[in-house]
Amino acid sequence: MPNSRAVALAAAAAGLLLVGITLAFYWVPNAPLEGFRQRIFYIHVPIALTAYACFFWAAWKALRLLWTRDQRYDLESYTAVHMGVIFGILTLVTGSIWARTSWGVWWSWGERQLVLFLVLFLFYSAYFMLRFSVDPGPRRASMSAVYALFGVVLIPVSFLAIRLAEGLIHPVVFDRDVGSNLAGSQLLTFLICFAGMLALAGSLYTNELTGKRIDDRLSELREALS
Amino acid sequence: MTSAEKYVTAAYLVVLAVVLAYIVIYAFKLSRLEREVSELAELAKRRKDAA
Amino acid sequence: MSAYLGDVATLARKDLLLELRSRDTVPAMLLFVVSTLVVFNFALPAGASPDAAYGLLWAALVFTAILGLTRAFAAEREQRVLDGLVLAPCDRSTIWLGKAIAVVAFLALAEVVALPAFALFFEPVSWELVAAVVLANVGFAGVGTLLAAMAAASRARELLLPLLFLPLVIPIVVGGVGASIADDPGRFLGFLALYDLIFAILSWASFEYVVAE
Repeated sequence: MPNSRAVALAAAAAGLLLVGITLAFYWVPNAPLEGFRQRIFYIHVPIALTAYACFFWAAWKALRLLWTRDQRYDLESYTAVHMGVIFGILTLVTGSIWARTSWGVWWSWGERQLVLFLVLFLFYSAYFMLRFSVDPGPRRASMSAVYALFGVVLIPVSFLAIRLAEGLIHPVVFDRDVGSNLAGSQLLTFLICFAGMLALAGSLYTNELTGKRIDDRLSELREALS
Repeated sequence: MTSAEKYVTAAYLVVLAVVLAYIVIYAFKLSRLEREVSELAELAKRRKDAA
Repeated sequence: MSAYLGDVATLARKDLLLELRSRDTVPAMLLFVVSTLVVFNFALPAGASPDAAYGLLWAALVFTAILGLTRAFAAEREQRVLDGLVLAPCDRSTIWLGKAIAVVAFLALAEVVALPAFALFFEPVSWELVAAVVLANVGFAGVGTLLAAMAAASRARELLLPLLFLPLVIPIVVGGVGASIADDPGRFLGFLALYDLIFAILSWASFEYVVAE
């Protein structure tokens, strides 16, 4: 059963992304103001949203771990955070490229989503520091779970903080004509790419989780045999 | 290619690059797992022969 | 309920008395924050706006908090008292609350010196700034105590706490700096209060999972 799900996710990811990216390059019309460069939107925003989804998934698994004490959820939460960080890095890089082509700078503190992702990236990188410096066991699982929950609470709080900080610290807020008025073709392309990215994350997550579980079982086997 | 086209393509290529890098890293992990399985199979066989 | 508060009071009193007798954490924090302020004088270029000084004050407060928190569970760990506390028949969140209260006290003591020093060296200190500092102390102590407990259980200890702490307190810095320099500090003070509420409740509720086995 799990095997067929992994295949289905991978196939869905491949299909959706292939279609989505083709549409983004060939079918969708140029945005009126931004022009061709707006097409980064079709890969940057789905990746960002998928990263959020991964962090929320990790928090959900963390909550399940704390609730049921079932250690199975520890690996699931950890893998989800790992996926979130990978997609988070991609968000930062694609966002930076977009900033460069839009405004000529590789970074802008006025770009709310980018700043939020930077904060989250720092936060979840510390998650790995935490995991690597504590010996494996239920204690580490509980601590990681609590931390993952804090992360998800931090998302809205940080966003609010960044918005508050805007007028104060970084008066230059670049604005972008995106997302508000999406034509039908643009919306469809975006949704296909978004679904594709979610499927990709799900596919990578499933594979990595399987790999980690095999790792665990091999350790158990090794202990049993020696 | 215009400058805008170059940047847009670069963004998509970066995503592809990261996914491909992930696959490469994963290939290493799988080969390590394979090695471990054969080691453990050896161990089990020896145990069985000794018993 | 009164038993709960009784436990909290006992634990807080223990930490405060320990500090009163050993006198190692608060003097260090005091010296650290004043030294940092002096360093900032040399870090600020001549044409820097007065607002920059407020930003640096908040940076100094963050690092002073880290200094204090690093010591928070050091005594327990050295004597494995934490294991005993966890086994005791009290609600484990009392440990968090008791220690957080002590941390707030240490921070307040350090700030009683730091804020006048800042006013002397750099810029005037408004009531909004003081209010922000009070609220920030609660935030620092709340999440900091929880994170310090995590770091205490790790092998990396002092190295880990700043890494865990800094991303989480970015909103506090925003609130604090905003309250110091903005035209409408009320908004930022309200935000700080919201942060404190959310994260204090979260820390209080999840502390037992962090110290339990």
